[in-house]
Amino acid sequence: MTTAVLNIIITGLIMGGIYALISVGLSMQYGVARILNIAHGEFIMVGAFITWMLFTNHLLNPLYSLAIAGPFLFFVGYVVHRFLFKTLKDRSPSLPAFEGNSILLAFGIMFIIQSLAMVIWGTQIQGYSFMAYSVYLGSIRFSANRLVLLAFAVAICLLFYLFLTHTRIGKAIRASAQDPDAAGLMGVEINKMLALCFAIGALMAGFAGVLLSMVYPIQTTMGLQYTVIAIIVVVLGGLGSISGSLIGGFILGMLGSIVNAFEPGLTMAAYFFVFMILLLVKPAGIMGR
Amino acid sequence: MNLAWFDKHKNHLVMALAVAFFLILAFAPSYARTYTIILLSSIIMYVILSLSWSMFSGPTGYTSLATAAFFGVGIYNAALLGDYLPIGLLVLTGGLASFLLAYGVGTITLRLRGVYFAIFTFGLVELIKHVVSWIEVNIIGTRGQFVTRVDNVTVFYVLLSTLAILLITMYLIKRSKYGLALSSIGSSEDAAVHIGINVVRVKVMTFAISALFAGVAGTAMATRWGFIDPYIAFDAFYSFLPTLMAIFGGMGSLLGPILGASIFTYLQEILVTRFPYYYMLIFGTIMVITIIYLPNGIIGLFQKLFAYIIKKLRSGSPGGENADTKS
Repeated sequence: MTTAVLNIIITGLIMGGIYALISVGLSMQYGVARILNIAHGEFIMVGAFITWMLFTNHLLNPLYSLAIAGPFLFFVGYVVHRFLFKTLKDRSPSLPAFEGNSILLAFGIMFIIQSLAMVIWGTQIQGYSFMAYSVYLGSIRFSANRLVLLAFAVAICLLFYLFLTHTRIGKAIRASAQDPDAAGLMGVEINKMLALCFAIGALMAGFAGVLLSMVYPIQTTMGLQYTVIAIIVVVLGGLGSISGSLIGGFILGMLGSIVNAFEPGLTMAAYFFVFMILLLVKPAGIMGR
Repeated sequence: MNLAWFDKHKNHLVMALAVAFFLILAFAPSYARTYTIILLSSIIMYVILSLSWSMFSGPTGYTSLATAAFFGVGIYNAALLGDYLPIGLLVLTGGLASFLLAYGVGTITLRLRGVYFAIFTFGLVELIKHVVSWIEVNIIGTRGQFVTRVDNVTVFYVLLSTLAILLITMYLIKRSKYGLALSSIGSSEDAAVHIGINVVRVKVMTFAISALFAGVAGTAMATRWGFIDPYIAFDAFYSFLPTLMAIFGGMGSLLGPILGASIFTYLQEILVTRFPYYYMLIFGTIMVITIIYLPNGIIGLFQKLFAYIIKKLRSGSPGGENADTKS
């Protein structure tokens, strides 16, 4: 009995770590740049496939791929914001109009990235085996790669949080999120900050993709499913709240783990159910302002 | 003189053109090949979906991503009742089911604004998909349903008459006090409340009426497919595609979504079989360009061009004379 409960809790923590990691980026993009990035999952997918490609072709340790896929997606994110979202923002009459259209623009970008990935990597399910041996925590068995994944996810989230709270750029980012006009008057280069935030969101997605590929099978069509989870987590934590999405990630991970233990087919339905109830009762989320 | 006559009779002209167009379409089964009828049915289906989307989301500015839910309800209606009802009644029950769903959903959700409404409606489709799928696997014990087939020509006529009713409904709404109330909600919802518009009722009713047509379209199309499952019926693409088509065409007029949906469906038809991957690439690129550079769609582009030509003609400059003889 205790073993079963412990098992549920630890599985929940692992899922929560992944969910938190895939959500902070999205939360950042919405919180500062006001873009609900439907293409977020595609950045995760690209990160995962770069890792898979480097591992199968060059036997590169997936953890090193963090330093390759991450910066690459950071660059892609920066370019995408600089040339697409910035133009859209300049041409939009109001912020609500920009928010609405940016969802659709992100959807178009999702199509482009996904189809390019299909051309390069095909549509088959792929995967590789890395640290797939078992370790024991007390009496419960886990595969080592899951624990590595959890450790890295938590570490990356923490580092990111410290970056936001303890560096000058982090301060500028938070200022831009609170009040773009005032931040601009204080000498923050707003446009640069917005592009930077979008790029950081893509970077986090890239990290998530690299770590995910160590444990789960990957596919070029997998993006939307992760985007959906990230959106649920972000709404759960409060749109735009970084700490909210970290907490929201772990709450959803726990919920998923519990439901999965009793009725696996209903995991996604449970997510959506909680998500919709929350939207109705408290749309601002648990950490919302 | 020519221009003045044109201005005066513009509405009649458009109406006459529309009727003529419908007559040409109505006799299509007697002169066109089966393939053409099937293609036309797909086009009309997307035209109905994108019109029904723009009926609510166009004037109010609420981005609804629930079209797939209403379409899917229609599809499941066909699967469950197809054996018992003739097609004429079947589409009515499908429309009614979608209407009721939208009415219920609208009542509880339409106080959500902006991006929250979009997210909620997106979640609705996924929730229904997973619940239906769970019920099928765990309670009924099968995955997917068979649908009693109806022949292509009948489906074509059902869709065509649905389109005609939809267009008339939208035209009447647009001209009525009701349509004015709807667009005032889009301009400023708070102001609309203050001048005494029952904002909630107007929004919920329009949302439900627009869903009715999506339900009818779903029912009609399902009878052609023969087999469906939750992942076919509640595919999020049926939410995004009509939205994109309407925006691509332009939401300022009825013609926009019609044009957008027709062009897109035709493009899809010729591209999807030949270049399945590049089709999505082209699709995404068109979407990106449209949203950034053509906020009023191709109709907006034409209108700009048209206004420019008219201005040239009316200015009475020597250049105007030339332009007149040329055109």
